[in-house]
Amino acid sequence: MSGLPILSLAVWVPIFAGFIVLFAGADRNSPRARMLAIAGALTGLLVTLPLYTGFDTTTPAMQFVEILPWIPRFDIHYHLGVDGISMLFVILNSFITVIVVLAGWKVIESKVAQYNACFLIMSGLLNGIFTALDGMLFYVFFEASLIPLYLIIGVWGGPRRVYAAFKFFLFTLMGSLLFLVSLIYLYFDSGSFAILDWHRMPLPLATQQWIFLAFLAAFAVKVPMWPVHTWLPDAHVEAPTGGSIVLAAIALKLGAYGFVRFSLPIAPDASQAFSGLIIGLSLIAVVYIGFVALAQEDMKKLVAYSSIAHMGFVTLGFFLFTPLGVEGALVQMISHGFVAGAMFYCIGVMYDRVHSRQIADYGGVVNTMPKFAAFFMLFAMANAGLPATSGFVGEFMVIMAAVKFNLWIGFIAASTMILGAAYTLWMYKRVVFGAVGNPHVAELTDVTRREFLVLALLAACALGMGLYPQPVTEIMHSSVDELLRHVSVSKIQ
Amino acid sequence: MEMQKLYLLVPLAPLLGAIVAGLFCRVIPRRLAHAAAIAGVAVAFVASIFIWNDVAAGHTFDGTVYRWLSSGDHVFQVGFLIDSLTVTMMLVVTFVSLMVHIYTIGYMHDDPGYNRFFSYISLFTFSMLMLVMSNNFMQLFFGWEAVGLVSYLLIGFWYTRPTAIFANLKAFLANRVGDFGFILGIGLVLANFGTLDYQPVFAQARDLAGATISLFPGGDSSTVSLLSVTCILLFIGAMGKSAQVPLHVWLPDSMEGPTPISALIHAATMVTAGIFMVARMSPLFELSDTALSFVIVVGSITALFMGFLGVIQNDIKRVVAYSTLSQLGYMTVALGASAYSVAIFHLMTHAFFKALLFLAAGSVIIGMHHDQDIRNMGGLRKYMPITWLTSLIGSLALIGTPFFSGFYSKDSIIEAVKLSHIAGSGFAYFSVMAGVFITAFYSFRMYFLVFHGEERFGKPHAGTQGHDAHAGDHDDRKTVEHHGLAPGQKPHETPWVVTVPLVLLAIPSVFIGYVTIEPMLYGGFFGDAIFVDGQAHPVMEELTRDFQGALAMAAHALSSLVFWLALAGVISAWFCYLKMPGIPAAAKAICGPVYTLLENKYYFDQFYERVFAGGARLLGRGLWRGGDAGVIDGLIVGGSVRVVGGIAMLARLFQSGHIYHYAFTMIFGVCALLSIWLLRA
Repeated sequence: MSGLPILSLAVWVPIFAGFIVLFAGADRNSPRARMLAIAGALTGLLVTLPLYTGFDTTTPAMQFVEILPWIPRFDIHYHLGVDGISMLFVILNSFITVIVVLAGWKVIESKVAQYNACFLIMSGLLNGIFTALDGMLFYVFFEASLIPLYLIIGVWGGPRRVYAAFKFFLFTLMGSLLFLVSLIYLYFDSGSFAILDWHRMPLPLATQQWIFLAFLAAFAVKVPMWPVHTWLPDAHVEAPTGGSIVLAAIALKLGAYGFVRFSLPIAPDASQAFSGLIIGLSLIAVVYIGFVALAQEDMKKLVAYSSIAHMGFVTLGFFLFTPLGVEGALVQMISHGFVAGAMFYCIGVMYDRVHSRQIADYGGVVNTMPKFAAFFMLFAMANAGLPATSGFVGEFMVIMAAVKFNLWIGFIAASTMILGAAYTLWMYKRVVFGAVGNPHVAELTDVTRREFLVLALLAACALGMGLYPQPVTEIMHSSVDELLRHVSVSKIQ
Repeated sequence: MEMQKLYLLVPLAPLLGAIVAGLFCRVIPRRLAHAAAIAGVAVAFVASIFIWNDVAAGHTFDGTVYRWLSSGDHVFQVGFLIDSLTVTMMLVVTFVSLMVHIYTIGYMHDDPGYNRFFSYISLFTFSMLMLVMSNNFMQLFFGWEAVGLVSYLLIGFWYTRPTAIFANLKAFLANRVGDFGFILGIGLVLANFGTLDYQPVFAQARDLAGATISLFPGGDSSTVSLLSVTCILLFIGAMGKSAQVPLHVWLPDSMEGPTPISALIHAATMVTAGIFMVARMSPLFELSDTALSFVIVVGSITALFMGFLGVIQNDIKRVVAYSTLSQLGYMTVALGASAYSVAIFHLMTHAFFKALLFLAAGSVIIGMHHDQDIRNMGGLRKYMPITWLTSLIGSLALIGTPFFSGFYSKDSIIEAVKLSHIAGSGFAYFSVMAGVFITAFYSFRMYFLVFHGEERFGKPHAGTQGHDAHAGDHDDRKTVEHHGLAPGQKPHETPWVVTVPLVLLAIPSVFIGYVTIEPMLYGGFFGDAIFVDGQAHPVMEELTRDFQGALAMAAHALSSLVFWLALAGVISAWFCYLKMPGIPAAAKAICGPVYTLLENKYYFDQFYERVFAGGARLLGRGLWRGGDAGVIDGLIVGGSVRVVGGIAMLARLFQSGHIYHYAFTMIFGVCALLSIWLLRA
């Protein structure tokens, strides 16, 4: 390990870059703001690469650890570190930030500096969430990261953005407060805010159950799990393309990450006790949401619902408590970052030209945008879980683990094979195939070089991870084993 | 070491061809695109011949190319299993693919999507090779889905046509229903065998023969054999890919794709993947009589009832498509009778003569200027001699004329079913026998209508069923499309790139059965690649005992019922469609309801569209409007907003800001307190 505080750089470089962009790029100087933003995003990605190259896959222990006292009176520390689970999300997040800055390059014309600054600052805060090892630090990052997202939806969003933001607020408020209460309870019980101490702390079953439910209230909304999912389609519809990409690729992962970092290791007995509930909710997400997605007329809503169904696979995989299930869920999280991000980007590319997200306003896009149609096909297939794309790997692993657990749970989960293909490809058929549907479609121009670059980057990730997922899962093994050890050992004394 | 490089070369050469033709399809000239694609497939074909030689010398291979994924105790890898079964499939796939590649130069000549088409069919060849060469279930599934993807892309190749993009979605979803069962079967294999690699799974199969699984919680009464459930689930995958009833609905519609792919994908190779898969899994299927019965019954239903539908089709491609469905049923029946090698044998002969028939149909379609209705043809023999002769050979092979390749494979299936004692084999025997007559009838109905009799082309005609038209004809042209020959115009023979593949396919259609029946079925060619439990299912042993050489078999057939049934079929077709052309109309009038049932294809499509497609959309809308918008957003979220709002409304009443409200309240309070105090006192 080198002497550089790599995790601090991962957190603070984007935030610092964000403020530079904010102050340096006035409205009349948007080209400079864009250049600074991309430089900041690339630097942000660059500083996270040593995490991959210097990572030790043999140990489940936290690596690249930094610890400084922050509020000594309550034993709160500025405590960062990554394991084989969180490290991947730091890199994913930094990569997606580059994509998002590129995605908004020509599209965002008003308040360019502020827009890019929001994303950069959020990127740093999200890295903070994935690396924080102190409960209070985590909470601060967790809540703070919402502010840029609110701004992005609220300022650059669609006509019903206030409704969407308010709905999101309503859903999160309760969960966040219960989460805070649990953190404080755990502090009083253990005298420490260190998450790793909490992992080792014995707790009676009743306490674990209350803590589990409080965590669930916070994380289920973020995932989102059925039935607290209805904020997501509205938020996506109102968000600008970049906002949707970050929301789908990273923000949705926070809830699932919370389960891995908090719920499972801190309340293992309660996790076991409530596993039936979570599995049930996850299966509802897969089937119920699959049908709802089929009925959507707005492309963004359709992909938003499909995200919920895919995240159902994540929660399902976690609560099967087997390496295959948990790693499958983690792979699904990363893959969903690429694939859902790409799907939202594809919709954005069309929206920028036609200014509609309604499926009915399209038809025959392939005639005028053949290159785009080829990329969109790839991502649609990845969304439907076709082998050789990353979308298959996680689904395959979780279905395998589910069948092993119980054939019927596997049966319900595998229905996504049919439903996922049905809603994705039916949309693709109506939007892309067919004769030119209307004059707007006839006037479409194919992707620009910048759009091509974004699509090609995401396509390379989706294909690469589908063809050779081993390098990704290798990183997880030790940490997942450690996690499952925590879950299997009772904390009741 | 050298051989292993050759193994890698087989799938990678077509992949490279596909990448060159596909990624640069807008830049490179057509000549380069088809050269790259054809070179790739040709290399794969030549390499396959070398590998075949090597395997014939007794060298098999089972090894890993790379580790795809590991998790917990499970390791999934990409690897090859090269044995006689694999190499048979490799030869069939690469040979037919090569023929189709060459043919495409002529067939797709005018199409703007020329390069894209070559890219797709090379990609298909790669996928199919990955499927057959796999040494594990995961890669099998990869190939399985990849061929499905390419099939989807190719059925919808002319993406501006509504029927084509309807058909490709339908095909993908019907296949996904099969894959749904398939992946559950794979899941059960992993759960119970601990690995997805073929060899260790097959090695453990016998130990798990007695294992049971509880399908429903509670009671011993609900346990069933683990292997039966696994095999039936795996077979559901085969039912999707190999178009067995009731998942067959996609195959006739897949004729929306260009004819070369109908020959390659929807006749010779992809649709036979299910047959190959079951033969590959023979060590599992052999241990479950329940699964074998299921297989044989599904196969015989498909063989018989899809044959009936062939009789009433008027689109030349659809006749061949229903015949393919019926023949796939025959192969499935052979699998159910534990005659796996016979199924693979029929798969191989069928690949040649059915690819031939499809390509010949395509040649007719070119000659007829994209009119596909056989009612508008007739007498083409004169104008298209090569197409005519090769079609005749293909038809004779299909109906099982002695000495032709189809005879050897089909007759072996019938004999195997006759000897089988598995439950359902009686019905299967009836189906395959009746099927012989029907096959001969519809094949020669088509043959006579197309090549003999009155010349009906060049006249104004009532509606046609479908057109294999090129996208170029459709590009936003507002004019009415013209298909078929103009009055006075004559059909013409097709160029050499079309006829040479016909001839090259006609040769094996005649001879391959005669040459290979002895080594493949009775000479132990498949060796360990196919496992048959000789004690429980002695079909192959009895067949071997009765076999006295290929010549004797054909000579003997002349006195068998099968031969006379086929002959009766041909004569009936001749009588009904050449001698007395009034009969079909009369027959149609007499058996009205039956005809309506056939015309509607037993109402499978209508049923699926109404119940499954319509039902799913209705349910989706109901859950969305009712569940999400109604209950969750309306009642719970909206409700809590209203409760908060209501409380706030109440609270607001007390803080109106008007001084007289406060004064009034104060006075009211004072009065109330005074009253209470006074009353108490």
